[in-house]
Amino acid sequence: MDCVEQTDTEAKAPSVVDRYYTRWYRADMKGKPCEDHCVLQHSNRICVVTLADTHPILQNGRTIKSINYQISNGCSRLNNKVSGKSKRGGQFLTDFAPLCRITCTDETEYTIYSCIRGRLLEVNENILETPSLLLEKPSTEGYIAVILPKFEESKSITENLLSREEFESVVSKRTVAQSQPS
Amino acid sequence: MNHLCVRILQSGVMLPLKEKDKPIVQKLLSAGCCARCVLRFCCVSVQAAYRQPQQDTLKELQDFISSAENSKSPDSAGAESTDRNNKSHDAAVSEPPEDPPSKRAKLELSATGAPSEEDAAAVVKQKDEESCVCVVCLGVLQELCGPTQAVKIAEAVKAEKYEFDTLVLSVSLPAQLCVREHSCWLHVKKELREKSVALDKDDVIQVKEAFKWIMQGLVARALGGVAVVTRSLFEVGVEFTHPETDADCHFLATTCPDCFKPTKNKQSVFTRMAVVKALEKISDAKFLKHYPCPPAQPSSSCMPRDIQCLHGSVFVAGRYNKFCRSLPQTPWVIDGERRMESSVEELIAAPLLSSFRANSFNFSSSGREDVDVRTLGNGRPFAMELLNPHRSRLSKVEMKQLQETINKSSDKIRVRDLQIVTRDAMSRMKEGEEEKTKSYTALIWTQKPIQRDDITFIDDIKDLTLDQKTPLRVLHRRALAVRQRVIHSMNTRFLDSHHFYLGLKTQAGTYIKEFVHGDFGRTVPNLCKLLKTDTDILELDVESVDVDWPPSIPE
Repeated sequence: MDCVEQTDTEAKAPSVVDRYYTRWYRADMKGKPCEDHCVLQHSNRICVVTLADTHPILQNGRTIKSINYQISNGCSRLNNKVSGKSKRGGQFLTDFAPLCRITCTDETEYTIYSCIRGRLLEVNENILETPSLLLEKPSTEGYIAVILPKFEESKSITENLLSREEFESVVSKRTVAQSQPS
Repeated sequence: MNHLCVRILQSGVMLPLKEKDKPIVQKLLSAGCCARCVLRFCCVSVQAAYRQPQQDTLKELQDFISSAENSKSPDSAGAESTDRNNKSHDAAVSEPPEDPPSKRAKLELSATGAPSEEDAAAVVKQKDEESCVCVVCLGVLQELCGPTQAVKIAEAVKAEKYEFDTLVLSVSLPAQLCVREHSCWLHVKKELREKSVALDKDDVIQVKEAFKWIMQGLVARALGGVAVVTRSLFEVGVEFTHPETDADCHFLATTCPDCFKPTKNKQSVFTRMAVVKALEKISDAKFLKHYPCPPAQPSSSCMPRDIQCLHGSVFVAGRYNKFCRSLPQTPWVIDGERRMESSVEELIAAPLLSSFRANSFNFSSSGREDVDVRTLGNGRPFAMELLNPHRSRLSKVEMKQLQETINKSSDKIRVRDLQIVTRDAMSRMKEGEEEKTKSYTALIWTQKPIQRDDITFIDDIKDLTLDQKTPLRVLHRRALAVRQRVIHSMNTRFLDSHHFYLGLKTQAGTYIKEFVHGDFGRTVPNLCKLLKTDTDILELDVESVDVDWPPSIPE
């Protein structure tokens, strides 16, 4: 299941994400219902943080009002710079480091978190100009940030995350729970 | 000049020593120096003097010092002594009359006659045990240097079955030889100072040098007349160790600690270089306080290590095709585990290694393709350094046959233009890498159905400049940057409603896969943008790598 490109009915080869990345999830980020994040880990250990397609921002035809990488007065993810092969100078992030805040036109605000430990390589500036990318292609062009885990932690950083199967079972239980009371 | 001296020596007349050498010879023999080391310290640079049997030299030296100095006075006449060059003097030309030296010599001589204990004892010892190990060269210029050893070296070389015309002999000596040399130098320096002879440590013939003078000719003869020269691709290394006296150097570490810093690649900090440096720094007084002068008598000779043969690399270049989508260019190892069973370099290297009988190889090429990419057309230029080849020259015909062998060994690859090149020529390949163009064919999938006409506009796009952020695929090993790359031209071939072939001619360094799928929007423009639908790349072939090296060889 590729959350972006499901319109084509013809049989097709696995997508770029399917071929080279492993999907990891964090459900209900910081206890907030359905605020699910997805981490795409490339076989070279690089991680791309995206919204899971169950995230509230992507539901009910919401539209985005603003995206803010200024996560505090003193810190903006836009100032992140890395140099050289060893990516010196990048901000180091822990699991719950905020990456950005997204405000929808209905004035709901959501914080997107790193989910994994690692060095911030880049944030996606394209979504500032074209917020619709986030809605239309959340797992590719609408990515949030690219993070490089430490070499020695490249396996362990995903231990706290859910595999795709685990996440799907969380989501299906959630659906059952929601439909039962009503 | 040399011929003259050789004749004198062969006729057993005399060694090229002067009267002023007499006390030095005396002192060195007493100290336990071998005959050849005595010649070295007398700065005798007549090679033939070293080549005669050491027992003969010793006999001549002993005759020389015991000869009365009355032979000296008639020789001292003559302007010719000043004309002739000092170092290659033969004994016939001797001293200008100088009082103090001859007196000193007399004293020394009388000392042997009427024993003043120490000296006498040493001389006696020297005479009794002519076989005893030299305190300076530790046997290197004695039993370890002669026809028997030359034959051993030749046998070791022959056993390795190298093909060569010339060889260079290299000698590696234990570092403590420098310490002993220094001690012995100080030993005679005291003597020389009194005799006001202007002699510098640099004028002393090095052990290594003397060893080569003796051995080069012998080894050449034992190998049936190859030339032993000073520069050759083929090096035969002789190494000596002497564990008994390894501790000789240790005191230098306390007197000159900054010369002996441990580094990760060295087994011992007492390298020859470090010891030489420390000896340059240390004062004579300090040295004499820590080390005996002359050096102590060793009980054993140096040990010869195995002969090391090394032939300089041979470089072979060519172009390769890769016809397989599951063959990496170089072995692919992830977490220590091998992925895919072979590689382009291994398929090419195996027949090369066996033909040139080389130990190992280094592969380089003009760029590289991914494991799932084929390289068609004229192929990709590559070069292979073959290390320590036992055979280094193949004819054009033999190279052609070798190419055939490679091509028959696998249908996954093919090589052409296989040839021997120089190391310098290899740089041509890397120079071309960035500027040259490359052509590709890609099989494209489109998410939305397409019709023939939908893609024809692509054929008209010329010199499209891309901004490529370092692809996520390689970001772990390359710096993050936006690089501008040009697609010079493209052409399309419609296949069906979701597929077409895209031909591209691009600047080298353009990432094709990322141009097609966009790499999360990090390459712009990309094919998705151009076609306004998601596109993916299913297959990729390199059609040509436009580097004009190596030169093509007509079939």
